[in-house]
Amino acid sequence: MTDVSLGMPQLPAPAYPADVRARLEADAKEIISRYPHSRSALLPLLHLVQSEEGHVSRTGMRFCAEMLDLTTAEVTAVATFYTMYRRKPSGDYQVGVCTNTLCAVMGGDAIFAELQEHLGVGNGETTEDGRVTLEHIECNAACDFAPVVMVNWEFFDNQTPQSARRLVDDLRAGRPVQPTRGAPLCTFKETARILAGFPDERPGAVEATGGAGPASLTGLRLAKGEKPAARVVSPRAETVQEPPVHEPSPTEHPSSHDEPQQTSDSDPAHPAGPTTEEGE
Amino acid sequence: MTVSTEYGGASQPEAGGGASPEKLLAPVLSAFWDEEKSWTLQAYRRHEGYEGLRKALAMAPDDLIAYIKDSGLRGRGGAGFPTGMKWQFIPQGDGKPHYLVVNADESEPGTCKDIPLLFANPHSLIEGMIIACYAIRSSRAFIYLRGEVVPVLRRLHLAVREAYEAGYLGANILGSGLDLDITVHAGAGAYICGEETALLDSLEGRRGQPRLRPPFPAVAGLYACPTVVNNVESIASVPAIVNRGKEWFRSMGSEKSPGFTLYSLSGHVASPGQYEGPLGITLRQLLDMSGGMRPGHRLKFWTPGGSSTPLLTDEHLDVPLDYEAVGAAGSMLGTKALQCFDETTCVVRAVTRWTEFYAHESCGKCTPCREGTYWLVQLLRAIENGEGIRSDLDKLNDIADNINGKSFCALGDGAASPIFSSLKYFREEYEQHITQGGCPFDPAKSTAWADKHLEARS
Repeated sequence: MTDVSLGMPQLPAPAYPADVRARLEADAKEIISRYPHSRSALLPLLHLVQSEEGHVSRTGMRFCAEMLDLTTAEVTAVATFYTMYRRKPSGDYQVGVCTNTLCAVMGGDAIFAELQEHLGVGNGETTEDGRVTLEHIECNAACDFAPVVMVNWEFFDNQTPQSARRLVDDLRAGRPVQPTRGAPLCTFKETARILAGFPDERPGAVEATGGAGPASLTGLRLAKGEKPAARVVSPRAETVQEPPVHEPSPTEHPSSHDEPQQTSDSDPAHPAGPTTEEGE
Repeated sequence: MTVSTEYGGASQPEAGGGASPEKLLAPVLSAFWDEEKSWTLQAYRRHEGYEGLRKALAMAPDDLIAYIKDSGLRGRGGAGFPTGMKWQFIPQGDGKPHYLVVNADESEPGTCKDIPLLFANPHSLIEGMIIACYAIRSSRAFIYLRGEVVPVLRRLHLAVREAYEAGYLGANILGSGLDLDITVHAGAGAYICGEETALLDSLEGRRGQPRLRPPFPAVAGLYACPTVVNNVESIASVPAIVNRGKEWFRSMGSEKSPGFTLYSLSGHVASPGQYEGPLGITLRQLLDMSGGMRPGHRLKFWTPGGSSTPLLTDEHLDVPLDYEAVGAAGSMLGTKALQCFDETTCVVRAVTRWTEFYAHESCGKCTPCREGTYWLVQLLRAIENGEGIRSDLDKLNDIADNINGKSFCALGDGAASPIFSSLKYFREEYEQHITQGGCPFDPAKSTAWADKHLEARS
């Protein structure tokens, strides 16, 4: 038989260094102990390996498979189903602009277009400094705060193109950034660790930004006999005259969500593939 | 009350239209969201927190199930199935473990009630879960929270820890003999996991794809054991019902849709937000009390319960927002996510974006949904781009008809809803896109800041 390269990665995937493996194994055992059946720990374990490398690598999937006595194929099938697992290295801050219908109409499309132009990156791409990965996201259950931007899954409510541009500038410059609802930002990796089920131990993280957001209290205030409040605008939006932003026609921004993604490690162009991982 | 009727052409109804918000609204779950640290156990206890649990533990489990059934509480996740009935379906004495799984995967476009509820008052859910587990004889419960809401995850982690420390969770809760452990489980981004059987597969560490029913989760759910899957708001409503009584609960709403609920108002309205009141309130009443649509604009179309519920128009402002009346109006109460769009919004653009969402979130298991949503997107994009032809409208309807009722789960039905309803009410607008060769709307006029220059002048 002739030797035909199918672009298959060399198996098994490389292992974690021993010290990393020992640390992750302790975490993994704690996660597994929370469930009556070990396989239930797979989603949190994938969040855990994402917290190690910032994305779910073949090494991470091999680790999950070994912990749960699954095949790497079984783990890959799950990891590729869920959109929160990244398949390639990305930025410290994931900036997600909601472009589902309500946010899109209220300005999410304009915000997303503005950020793409300002950052010079497209959907799912990362700025050259490795700080910001821009994405458009689906409805994040905050429609009464539209348009919504999420950074590492903390809420930035009632955004405008100007406020969003300042937000990404601050993130890239390393200036502190406060969500409207949520804790002071941590990196994407640290966020992934909370998602794996390890509580955020930073002092003040749970109580940051107080109780319910202003929109959540609208009905309660009316029921108490208060008059409807003026519309709350994020402090970031308080600006003097800004240059007009490009308002994209809806036809300029078809959602790219349903485009096929590369799903297999057998794709030689995959950044997690053997050329960048094992060839180094 | 003097409120302009700019948002609708229909006349004010005689009864109720002008009543004050104090009379129309009934904050229960949201009653103390404005207090300092409302999410803590201390704040919850100040508002009779865990009193319902004490009363529940004094009842026999079967009596408790009957009590919740009698209260008439119906599922708040969309389908409206009676909560007590779901509990009753759990076979008792079968020797298998029973599980309670709370569906906190709130992802339906427009729906935004469970997330603020858990952010401001997570203990109402924890207390409701303990009561439910006592009723169905379960000692293991899970909260499946969508992953994209880390601020809520933090507060759930804290609430569960507080409940353990106070003896509400763990072994022999309040000396009742009930043991219960709760695990908070973060999802990883998949709308389909809000479908209860897909959620169970996901919680078992698999791709979230729906299961064939029967068997129903009550018989073979999590790990093939009897399982109750309830929405956050349904379970969080239980403590108040037990504490204040089923008669109190039934004093609100209607015979078939009793009680209070959270309505989420969003879009081109003057005061978007959460409004907790009795079932059966109307959109006109909610808009009247909250300042109506944004100044100078009219309501064009709205969803009563998220994007999967057929669109309604300004003809439907006086439909009582309960399960029966919204159903009779040709839609569904769903999650009570009232997304309101004004006359600046292109309905084709709105429906296209929703359809792109369904195509993206289709799990791929069944052909009608997987293929149908893909082709709907192609047709809709062509129409919005001005490249559509007249027969495309019938084709849209035809494809939607081949998805609706023929797909494996309700995601497909949901995808068909905006298509059918928008063609029903706004066919002319679709035709306009075709005859004019493009979209007649300016998206800049729909944005939240479109009228800012006008506000500054006034």
